[in-house]
Amino acid sequence: MESLLQLQGLEKRFPGTVALDHVDFDLYEGEVHALMGENGAGKSTLIKALTGVHPPDSGTMSLQGKLILPQSPEDAVRHGISTVYQEVNLVPNLTVMENLLLGREPRGPFGIRWKEMRERAESAIARLGLKLDVRAPLSSLSVALQQMVAISRALDVSAKVLILDEPTSSLDSDEVAALFTVIRQLKAQGLGVIFVTHFLDQMYEISDRITVLRNGKKVGTWNATDLPRLELVTQMIGRDASELERSDSVLADAALGSPILETKGLGRRGSVSEVTLSVSPGETVGLAGLLGSGRTETVKLLFGVASPDSGSLKLDGRSLARLKPKSAIRAGIGYCSEDRKREGIFPELTVRENILILAQVKSGWYKPFSLQKQRSMATDLVGRLKVQPADIERPIQTLSGGNQQKALLARWLAVEPRLLLLDEPTRGIDVGAKFEIMALVENLRQAGRSFVFVSSELPEIVRSCTKVLVMRDRKAIKELESGAVSEERIVQEIAGS
Amino acid sequence: MRRVPSWAWAAMVLAGVLLFNALFTPGFFSIVIRDGRFFGSIVDIFNRAAPVGLLALGMTLVIATGGVDLSVGAVMAIGGTIAAGLISRPGETPFAGGKPQPAMAIPVALFGSLLCGMFNGLLVAVIELQPIVATLLLMVAGRGVAQLLANGQILTFHDSGFAALARGATLGIPNPVWILLIGFVLFSVLARKTAMGLFVEATGSNPVAAQYVGIDARAIRFAVYALSGLCAGMAGLITTADIQAADANNAGLYLELDAILAVSVGGTALAGGRFSLVGSMIGALLMQALTTTILTRGVSPEITLVLKAAVVVGVCLLQAPAFREILAKRIRRAPAQ
Amino acid sequence: MSRASLKEKLPILITASVLVLLTLAAGLRFDNFLSLRVLMNLIADNAFLGVIAVGLTFVILTGGIDLSVGSMMGLGGIVAAELITVSHVHPLIALLVPIAVGGFLGWGQGTLIAKLGLPPFLVTLSGLFLCRGIALAISRESVQIEHPFFRTLTNWSVSLPAKASLSLGSIVFILVVFGGMILARQSRFGRTVYAIGGNANSAELMGLPVRRTLVWTYVLSGMCAGLGGVLFALYTSSGNAISGTGLELDAIATVVIGGTLLSGGYGSVLGTLLGVLTLGVVQTAITFMGTLSSWWTRIVIGTLLLFFMLVQKVIELAARRGQTT
Repeated sequence: MESLLQLQGLEKRFPGTVALDHVDFDLYEGEVHALMGENGAGKSTLIKALTGVHPPDSGTMSLQGKLILPQSPEDAVRHGISTVYQEVNLVPNLTVMENLLLGREPRGPFGIRWKEMRERAESAIARLGLKLDVRAPLSSLSVALQQMVAISRALDVSAKVLILDEPTSSLDSDEVAALFTVIRQLKAQGLGVIFVTHFLDQMYEISDRITVLRNGKKVGTWNATDLPRLELVTQMIGRDASELERSDSVLADAALGSPILETKGLGRRGSVSEVTLSVSPGETVGLAGLLGSGRTETVKLLFGVASPDSGSLKLDGRSLARLKPKSAIRAGIGYCSEDRKREGIFPELTVRENILILAQVKSGWYKPFSLQKQRSMATDLVGRLKVQPADIERPIQTLSGGNQQKALLARWLAVEPRLLLLDEPTRGIDVGAKFEIMALVENLRQAGRSFVFVSSELPEIVRSCTKVLVMRDRKAIKELESGAVSEERIVQEIAGS
Repeated sequence: MRRVPSWAWAAMVLAGVLLFNALFTPGFFSIVIRDGRFFGSIVDIFNRAAPVGLLALGMTLVIATGGVDLSVGAVMAIGGTIAAGLISRPGETPFAGGKPQPAMAIPVALFGSLLCGMFNGLLVAVIELQPIVATLLLMVAGRGVAQLLANGQILTFHDSGFAALARGATLGIPNPVWILLIGFVLFSVLARKTAMGLFVEATGSNPVAAQYVGIDARAIRFAVYALSGLCAGMAGLITTADIQAADANNAGLYLELDAILAVSVGGTALAGGRFSLVGSMIGALLMQALTTTILTRGVSPEITLVLKAAVVVGVCLLQAPAFREILAKRIRRAPAQ
Repeated sequence: MSRASLKEKLPILITASVLVLLTLAAGLRFDNFLSLRVLMNLIADNAFLGVIAVGLTFVILTGGIDLSVGSMMGLGGIVAAELITVSHVHPLIALLVPIAVGGFLGWGQGTLIAKLGLPPFLVTLSGLFLCRGIALAISRESVQIEHPFFRTLTNWSVSLPAKASLSLGSIVFILVVFGGMILARQSRFGRTVYAIGGNANSAELMGLPVRRTLVWTYVLSGMCAGLGGVLFALYTSSGNAISGTGLELDAIATVVIGGTLLSGGYGSVLGTLLGVLTLGVVQTAITFMGTLSSWWTRIVIGTLLLFFMLVQKVIELAARRGQTT
């Protein structure tokens, strides 16, 4: 096969870190090349270098033998490098057809030819096997459909290289299958595809070769068939993967005392329904299910961010019409959102302030903590959770995602909630931090705290939960008691077989 | 690790302006005592910076929540008109059946401006309109309201007690300076000796996250706009007392812009989050120092506007990451050539 | 109508209805109100504001703001007047200079905003001071424009039936509105403007020339403000450095009343035209009443602005609800 894209000795430094350290990478025509690595490995930096978002400090890139140095995404597109991102990068206020063809609209003497545009858009959408009104505003589509439009847009360019940066995280399995069909077609047409994903199954299904990055360096490139899964994970995390084994302690004990929070048939129209669960001290209740199955919506109801319109909710045995975050916090309930950036951190405030703010809100604005007390509390928590760097006066936005997550956990630990709702606490953070967080949760549980734990990674759920509520299609469908929790069983329930 | 305060650039520019005067404007730093009161260019800068300084205090908190209050100039006009109306000569006052009520002037005017601030707070915090639009409303209509209150007249009055608010001095220092100082101390205590400052910063930095940690962002937004209205009312009283007249059309005209510039030059980001009251005070002094410098040097006052624009753009450029990057690249490239 | 297109079309429908209702109400109250002549006068009186508002619409559609338009208009007027009266430049050239000056200053502002990432609000606020300062430095007094050709221009008009006539300024305004509509709807530039307002980050990742387009919106706004200054000079036969004080507010109010969201992405030039007409009807009606003083205009505009902001809020909430279900 012909070599399409070659990167040599790519280097990118950011203040304080080397994000890419002399990385080589090559891509053949007609191949799907998976780029794997934990967070902070340098995958996104590599992609940003390739798409001109952050041009590299040194090193060369050549496309079909010609040297290129894209200076902006616009420039990269001109070179034939198109990208589909994890978050839908389209404009919500314009129509589907404009989102498909923006910047390359068919034009005549009187400007844009809307009719021709519509026809082209329709055929582009049909190519993905989709049926939708291209004149509808993008914001009227579901996120999955929006993502398909984004992919369609990237395909419409006369692209030579297609970068898929975690494009499947919001798609269901049928949509992923449709996407893969299209990718195979493109492969046949000689397109080179760089595929970044966290889903190993999907990666193995479609990829020809795999390149693993770790800490900004390239670990190696393998043919997908030559690299077994366990070996891949070992290369990615740089240590033995046997630590992923399941813990026994969760099997041992049951709930202590009466439930903290109990719901019966709780639901909210258009969001989630029939959630029946109870959490007692010393329990970790897992919420398992596919993305979009209503897990996040459930914890939001439990914390009072959204108000339920059906079912009942009991806090310490007392019935409540609804909770509000403020009263939930007062009752000792905490919520760590899956969306760190939007719902978690205060970016330009320091790590200390980010950690202490909750404790401060709880004690009231007129009773400020002294700076000394703040420092000692923050330093203590930062140490316990191994937040790196351990500088509490740094703006939290300068920390890596995993460390931000730890700081957010520290925020809740500072007020010692009885029940902490954790929504994907380990998403997008490196394996080391994952283990530390999981171990911490287990320790606290053994000390009598309780958790509701949402995760897309079944091994995590199985490892740490005393019981599991399985969700499907925005409904809680089954509660698995401690003895019944196993990966197979959960998968069966999710699949509905 | 010590970090450079966000107002460092503004302070340096202010020092530069003062240094320029020390070198080229004779007598700029001389202070004389006349009638038990300090006089001199420096005193004058502080004295005249008081109204903008007061506006900047309220504006700082508003901007820190990610908002902006465009209506302060108009609220000054309303506050001034109410006060002037209550103490103008018998028969001339448009309210209270023509009977002047001098004793009520200050409290009623402040209450009126507080109401204006609360109206803004209602629109921004409760109805959740964009701050620029919400306060634009009172900016447009506020002067109309002030004219309505004054029946379209410029209300003049003679009341030495009230005039002392702007023209008098206590312990040799002009009263407006005292008022600004008291305001600054009150705001600083509120912001930094309670956790209110942190909550304001959190609200501006990430409103959703603020809600999730149990901060009542709505109450905080409402409060900062109300406070801003109150500050504007106080500033309006000072300017009204100074000229012994309330001119609904021109009182506080463009002062909202000066206040915003003072805050932003002082290192508070317009996007919200971190704020610095000290920075805003330095910003207000810088604005006034420029004006005074130009006046004392006999340059035509129009140039003040041009200079203000230049200084603001300059200081903002120095604070902008994109510009720093370009500068850094130039500097790095230079030795290679 | 789908929920999402509600957000796009409803505001302009409401503006149109309010305009019709106001006009009818005024027409019932005053005998001569509903005449072509009043309409033409209304357009002539607001031509400069309208031209400025059209330029501003593009800036606001990107989610930006331009506070410098009022003082840029003042600068444009005084530059034109000074060139004709003092420097004896031929009006044909002198009247083009303000447009170029506006475009150049707009380019400067746009560059600071788009390339260096300074907040639009602050940059154009500085621009406001800068233009006003330069204008006052040029001349503190109002400058009368005396030139035969210029007089021809000010007096030139197209006669219409019923004693109405269409002045040069009105024609320019109408042309600018049409040009703006075509630019917004039919050009890549226009569509990119909407895309930026929808999500600037996405637009950039889609490979659209975001920064360049942003710079051009401010150039356009500056040129329209300069042209507004020219029209104002034609309208008053003079240039005055302090003309257009506070006009930025009227222009913003006009755009908002016309249904453009200040957060960007939704709105139209047609809406802005309706906004200008609404403002014009209010002003004319208040003049017709005679007894009411001018400050009532401000209060009525404020009330209208409040009404439209609340309407937009309700629509936004409705659209959001439509999305989650």
